[in-house]
Amino acid sequence: MKLTKLAAIAVAALTAASPVMADLVFPSLSYRTGPYAANGTPVADGFADYFTLLNERDGGIGGVMTKVIECETGYSTEKGVECYEATKGEGALVYAPLSTGITYQLIPKVTADDIPLHSMGYGRTSAANGKVFSHIFNFPANYWQGASIAINHILDLNGDDISGKSIALVYHNSAYGKEPIRTLEELATKHGYKLTLLPVDHPGQEQKSQWLQIRRERPDYVLMWGWGVMNQVAIQEAANINFPMENFIGIWWSGSENDVIPAGDAANGYKALTFHAVGSDFPVFADIQKYVVDAGKAAGSGDHIGEVLYNRGLYQAALLAEAVKTAQALHGTADITAGMMRDGLEGLEITDAKMTALGLGGFGPTFSVSCENHGGPGLGAVQQWDAAAKSWSMITDFMTPDMGVIQPLIEADSAAYAAENNIEEGCN
Amino acid sequence: MFYREAGDYKTTYASDTQTFPIKLDRWGYYFIIGFAFLVVPLFITDYWANAIFVPFLIWAVAAIGLNILVGYCGQLSLGTGGFMAVGAYAAYKLMTSFPDLSILFVVLISGAITALVGIIFGLPSLRIKGFYLAVATLAAQFFLVWLFNKVPWFYNNSASGQISAPTRSIFGFEVTGATATPEAKYLFCLAILLALAWLARNLTRGRIGRSWMAIRDMDIAAEIIGVAPLKTKLTAFGVSSFFVGVAGALFFAVYLGAVEVGEAFGIQKSFLVLFMIIIGGLGSIFGSIIGAAFMVLMPVLLKNIMVGQLGWATDIAAHFEFVIVGALIILFLILEPHGLAQLWRLTKEKLRLWPFPH
Repeated sequence: MKLTKLAAIAVAALTAASPVMADLVFPSLSYRTGPYAANGTPVADGFADYFTLLNERDGGIGGVMTKVIECETGYSTEKGVECYEATKGEGALVYAPLSTGITYQLIPKVTADDIPLHSMGYGRTSAANGKVFSHIFNFPANYWQGASIAINHILDLNGDDISGKSIALVYHNSAYGKEPIRTLEELATKHGYKLTLLPVDHPGQEQKSQWLQIRRERPDYVLMWGWGVMNQVAIQEAANINFPMENFIGIWWSGSENDVIPAGDAANGYKALTFHAVGSDFPVFADIQKYVVDAGKAAGSGDHIGEVLYNRGLYQAALLAEAVKTAQALHGTADITAGMMRDGLEGLEITDAKMTALGLGGFGPTFSVSCENHGGPGLGAVQQWDAAAKSWSMITDFMTPDMGVIQPLIEADSAAYAAENNIEEGCN
Repeated sequence: MFYREAGDYKTTYASDTQTFPIKLDRWGYYFIIGFAFLVVPLFITDYWANAIFVPFLIWAVAAIGLNILVGYCGQLSLGTGGFMAVGAYAAYKLMTSFPDLSILFVVLISGAITALVGIIFGLPSLRIKGFYLAVATLAAQFFLVWLFNKVPWFYNNSASGQISAPTRSIFGFEVTGATATPEAKYLFCLAILLALAWLARNLTRGRIGRSWMAIRDMDIAAEIIGVAPLKTKLTAFGVSSFFVGVAGALFFAVYLGAVEVGEAFGIQKSFLVLFMIIIGGLGSIFGSIIGAAFMVLMPVLLKNIMVGQLGWATDIAAHFEFVIVGALIILFLILEPHGLAQLWRLTKEKLRLWPFPH
């Protein structure tokens, strides 16, 4: 009796939500709740605000309005499935789940449904091999490149000799955190440092034992692959044991304002990687202020603008919008489909002129995507936190990773995936 | 009036002891089964299958499994998530080691492997009871998750520790992998739920089920009348873990397609299944199914109403979802501490007499 009643309401609720076509639909599988909300919210805000800006200022992309459909995942893979199924029927052009776990799950699904997936700086690293992963893009940089850049930075600090040094990796004990391990191990044999692995279980609030071990072993450097509340706790714990902050380097997902502010002055000098510039000193932010914020159309509470993760969401939206333009030019139609969007992503070329035209001159490196290489060049830089000024600043230029080590790993891992799933290599 | 029992005579013992002794109930049951097998597949879409029916059917299997242990045998367990992980990783190893094996056997063998693991972790139940046993099974939960994270053999040494289900089929129909149709996934899970629910129902009303209930009601008395606690408790752990393992295998292979043990099979899953059977009704097969329906469908329904219909912000809707589901759970438990199954039983009692209750 109850069930039939509920089912009737459910049917009514679902059938009434009819899809609106003829928009460029960008599903945003965001998370504004749960232990990762502190990091998920600014990314989702930046992503949504950029498309709002395009609609308000330019009337969409190529004359077609954009539409962002948000769906709350809470960083949970089950809700991710629900969100994917709920949004894919609405003409979704590209997915960006902002979760490595959900990315892994969606890789076969989006490929079967002919929808591209852009996991920017996260997800399955070997998806950079476009010959195997036809619909997955992870430009402009991935975890293995990040690991290599972190080691390169340490090499620079030590005059290119780190043999005998010890490096600890504090990582989220999940697919995300485990990604860099193989690269770091390869690099350890190459450069002769000693690698210690310290997993932290979801959600990462409990890290006493890991930091006790760091305090005991005193590694020269600590790398961190953390996310959400884990970052804040790790930085606080590092401060508690007086670990020198300038020797503590996080991946780009462990380097936002939300992560360092709770530790106060103690976080001063903490470093993190990044693959785009920091701050709001770019012309596009004036437009966002004018067309989005002042018009009262900012996503969320509107207080994250200019933060690292907000910029990342905005950067991703900008890259996707450029890919839409590329796809529109390639296929000669403004109202593109998901399959055309895939071609657009594959043909994407980011030049300085394009970035300047977007009001993002110098915001990110130039790169181009090809059928074989879905990962871009993987340039990254190091940013450092200034607790007094409460701001990040870039302390290096964009550096190239050690592709001599990474490329064979990508080939091997993607070949294993291809063999497991009977995928024939494309791009011939 | 609704329940017309006039003329519904029982002339054999078999007809008197059947699961649905009232004709109307029986027809209702046949109708639901027929509808689920014949009509739903005609209309099922990707969304309905992957977001609603498949998870519901799988959680129902897991809930029946836990209900056998907690509801029928009285052994409190918090290891469900860990046992589901055993089923999932067994399925993964079987799928990748024997690519030609039918998915049905993969699922059943995974259940059998989980049953063995469950029996091992059930051993402490011979010495400890109640909350102390819950803590012991909690250790199983943490140990198993740690094990699948720690030993690379379980995830075939992949870089990330994720396991992904390759495409496997039964009778030529793909059931796992990205290209499986929603109809195939749905019917496969439905058939397994039906078979296992039938099995559970018949186990629990036979000799084995009665010995479980004897142990649950008073173990010393049961021992005195000749029920062997060792055999009884371990069969309960074994059968329960078989169900939970099958659910774990389906959860990984059919529903999610790729899992990562800490996130998919964490402690929150153990609690989720426990809540399902408490809300549905301890010691009731129907209660397990309706409890699973409540816990799986309610959040999706609320989300669709709040975000899809009312157009609320996703974060506010997500928070409200917790509030409303939580409030409903408290409400139901106050109104009927024995769960939704008891509520249904009472409704039925009233309907049988209505409109002349005296």
